[in-house]
Amino acid sequence: MNNELSLYVHIPFCVRKCLYCDFLSFGDKESLMDDYFKALSKELKESAGDYRDREVKTVFFGGGTPSLPNAVYICNILADIKENYILSKDAEISLELNPGTASFDKMRSYRDVGFNRLSIGIQSFNDEELKRLGRIHDSKTAVRTYEDAVRAGFDNINIDIMSALPGQSVESYIDTLNKAVKLDPEHISAYSLIIEEGTPFFDMDLDLPGEDADRDMYHKTAKILNEYGYHRYEISNYAKDGFDCRHNKVYWKRENYLGLGLGAASLVDNVRFSNTRDMAEYISLSKDGIKREREELSVRAQTEEFMFLGLRLTEGIRTDDFNREFGKTVFDVYDEVIDKYLMMSLLELRDKDMNITCDKKKAAYLRLSERGFDVCNTVMADFLL
Amino acid sequence: MDQSKIRNFCIVAHIDHGKSTLADRMIEKTGVLTSREMQNQVLDNMDIERERGITIKSQAVRMIYKAKDGEEYTFNMIDTPGHVDFGYEVSRSLAACDGAILVVDATQGVEAQTLANVYMALDHDLDVFPVINKIDLPSAQPQEVKDEIEDVIGIEAQDAPLISAKNGIGIEEVLEAVVQKIPAPNGDAGKPLTALIFDSIYDSYRGVIVFVRVRDGVLKKGMKVRFMATGAESEVVEVGYFGPGRFIPNDELTAGDVGYFTASIKNIQDTRVGDTVTDSASPCAEALPGYKKVMPMVYCGLYPADSAHYSDLRDALEKLQLNDASLFYEPETSQALGFGFRAGFLGLLHLEVIQERLEREYDLNLVTTAPGVVYKVHKNDGTVFDLTNPSNLPDPTEIEYMEEPMVNGEIMVTTDYVGAIMQLCQERRGKYISTDYIEQTRAILKYELPLNEIIYDFFDALKSRSRGYASFDYELKGYERSDLVKLDILINREEVDALSFIVHKDGAYERGRKMCEKLKEEIPRHLFEVPIQAAVGGKIIARETVKAYRKDVLAKCYGGDITRKKKLLEKQKEGKKKMRQIGNVEVPQVAFLSVLKLDSTD
Repeated sequence: MNNELSLYVHIPFCVRKCLYCDFLSFGDKESLMDDYFKALSKELKESAGDYRDREVKTVFFGGGTPSLPNAVYICNILADIKENYILSKDAEISLELNPGTASFDKMRSYRDVGFNRLSIGIQSFNDEELKRLGRIHDSKTAVRTYEDAVRAGFDNINIDIMSALPGQSVESYIDTLNKAVKLDPEHISAYSLIIEEGTPFFDMDLDLPGEDADRDMYHKTAKILNEYGYHRYEISNYAKDGFDCRHNKVYWKRENYLGLGLGAASLVDNVRFSNTRDMAEYISLSKDGIKREREELSVRAQTEEFMFLGLRLTEGIRTDDFNREFGKTVFDVYDEVIDKYLMMSLLELRDKDMNITCDKKKAAYLRLSERGFDVCNTVMADFLL
Repeated sequence: MDQSKIRNFCIVAHIDHGKSTLADRMIEKTGVLTSREMQNQVLDNMDIERERGITIKSQAVRMIYKAKDGEEYTFNMIDTPGHVDFGYEVSRSLAACDGAILVVDATQGVEAQTLANVYMALDHDLDVFPVINKIDLPSAQPQEVKDEIEDVIGIEAQDAPLISAKNGIGIEEVLEAVVQKIPAPNGDAGKPLTALIFDSIYDSYRGVIVFVRVRDGVLKKGMKVRFMATGAESEVVEVGYFGPGRFIPNDELTAGDVGYFTASIKNIQDTRVGDTVTDSASPCAEALPGYKKVMPMVYCGLYPADSAHYSDLRDALEKLQLNDASLFYEPETSQALGFGFRAGFLGLLHLEVIQERLEREYDLNLVTTAPGVVYKVHKNDGTVFDLTNPSNLPDPTEIEYMEEPMVNGEIMVTTDYVGAIMQLCQERRGKYISTDYIEQTRAILKYELPLNEIIYDFFDALKSRSRGYASFDYELKGYERSDLVKLDILINREEVDALSFIVHKDGAYERGRKMCEKLKEEIPRHLFEVPIQAAVGGKIIARETVKAYRKDVLAKCYGGDITRKKKLLEKQKEGKKKMRQIGNVEVPQVAFLSVLKLDSTD
């Protein structure tokens, strides 16, 4: 595992910032694009030396809106990656794309240089809801963008949709869900909206669905998507068989990843670090100059992360992995907490054939129950030592 | 030192009439301190006092004043608290003085506590002279106030200095009046040492620092002294005077002096405030009269939030008691809260001050239970006992009857709010006595009220219903038979002893209902439904339910930025630590004080 690596590339530009958006992105810094991509190219080249013997299994261009800049910028960065890193032949190379910023030609270019997965931020097929979110597109544009992507040759596409939106009824959400399914993408990410401090939504008087409606939407998502052949492999992620997002799982399984670009976070050999979030600094400093918040994870921190990240996956944590990583069983460390939540039916044990078991000796997986997913933060917080 | 050149005095006043400001000006004028060193209120050096603008602990300061007769006089000014809760401390400060300055606000006139403090001073045979403060305010009525002082208190007031402590007007006159009107001490330096302890504090380097007023004899460095009440003996290490905010060592204190000494005293119990210190080699014949012992009026449970800090809390209480003899405490155990103390206080403000001092000065995280008063329980077998903790109430079948403490309350209020305040007093089971109109716009309402009705939120209610125009004073009247019951609170069907309290039968339903409502707000939602019930004698009289939460998910976790997610979980876990586990339910510490805030929902 030590010789594997994933790359995350951050593109912080947007046409404008959505009202709920808490990510590191800007609607007003397009003038810096040229400088930014130069700095990004420099960073990835300077960093390459540290990862000479690692094979890159997944690459993910996220944002912001990676589809906003001229395709040349993006294609050049991918070319730089190919030139400076060992990219495995079957690498998953994803790009995030927002309707209204990506033309058919742009997508053809992405496909030509080697991108093989797209993630489209559709969020909703209800124009009123889209407007309230501050999105730049409408549902018609969304559908056209999806169809263009297929025409451009993409056969591994994700659609992002959101529930618990202001003014959204359960019916309207299900309508969005059905429209998403109708497009027949390989992967669907269904997030429930979180109102974050510091976003315009936080200070607005919003007509948000109640907790019961919110959970109703979540449970219906799993049910409906399951009927159409999508299995849930993580709290908010669903895919057809064989189309789980490999890059996504790297985060939950704590495999090595290097973040490139403004504010990008990394985990390499149990050291976490992230880049500066200051654009001027990022553009002007060297790769070592931009590194911030370096933290060598203690065994305790590693154990905690293993649990609260692993439990996000539907399969949960693998008890064998825990043994191998920490030299003792998960029950040696967490017996009391595990018992507490087994008793409350928020956690469950599964044997190697994924059948429910009560026998800890036979347990191959420890995972959240269906109800456990609803309150997973409560459970996860208890795994902090 | 020549006793005729010493003046030991204090300043008494109603709260907010400007006592501390006057003290500061006098210190400035006597030049002990440069203006640059002057903080706003030099005497109030505890954080809490500064913030609340009230004086809690009595402290002393020595000043040198050159009078108009050309002589230098030594003034020992002893600061006293103004609030009614601290009557005990006023009393012991007065015992160290020979006279008192009475400060009266020229715009407010004589108020309830003005009277209380003056009578206490006269009780201690002090000579009292008045000064009229705030004369520069447009609404000042100095002549009316002078007349009022003579009418109501019966002391000469026509030549009272007219001053503005805030703006430094008339301070010289006050200093001169101290020389003229306060008597010099009349002790005998040749007699055996007799000194009264009026305060003490604990210093981790020097041990106990004892504050004394020397009546007779001399207190010297190196001599062996005896504490008459405890019999403990120590060798004096240091003696000295009180500078503003600091100690000034000196060789000795003689008859008439006020000062401090240290004697490597580590055992706090040895030095009781009110005790007499004498010379071990030639002791005085008898101890000075101490202070009257004050009984706590309000009790509550004090528990460390983290049970590991039990001994820290004990040490802190021990140290606080050293300079606050009115603080009473004894160990108790609660099923819900573990090991802690039942503590007695002079009033609710006293309780709050102690609680804050424990938290600030001793860095303790406390759980405080609802305050209660002392009930007298008459049992069928003819025995009577004082009930300070509701959980100790015997089975109702063993009780013949109960009595509760009553107070005589005086509320001064502008006539506009008389109706609102009368209504409040009635709600609090008050018995109307009389209404006296002092002026056209002000009246004094007299009520007999049960103490347990005024210790919770009476002051707040009074303020909000009179828009701050009412002031309240009370004194204990005695005990009266009353129909009382114990109200129990059950959380998730488990009785929580720390939440039980005694209430009048007629108010039980109302209180129980409000308690449940309040607790419903305070107790966070759990993974399961949490019923909150109020019960009297095992019968449920009110119920609320904290619904189970259905969602606690962080849906998106972006770009591998795990640190943020972990911080969120850590915060969640940290929040849990501030809770008390009762059965399966996590109860925040503030919930134990919910009963205090019941009126705020009105």
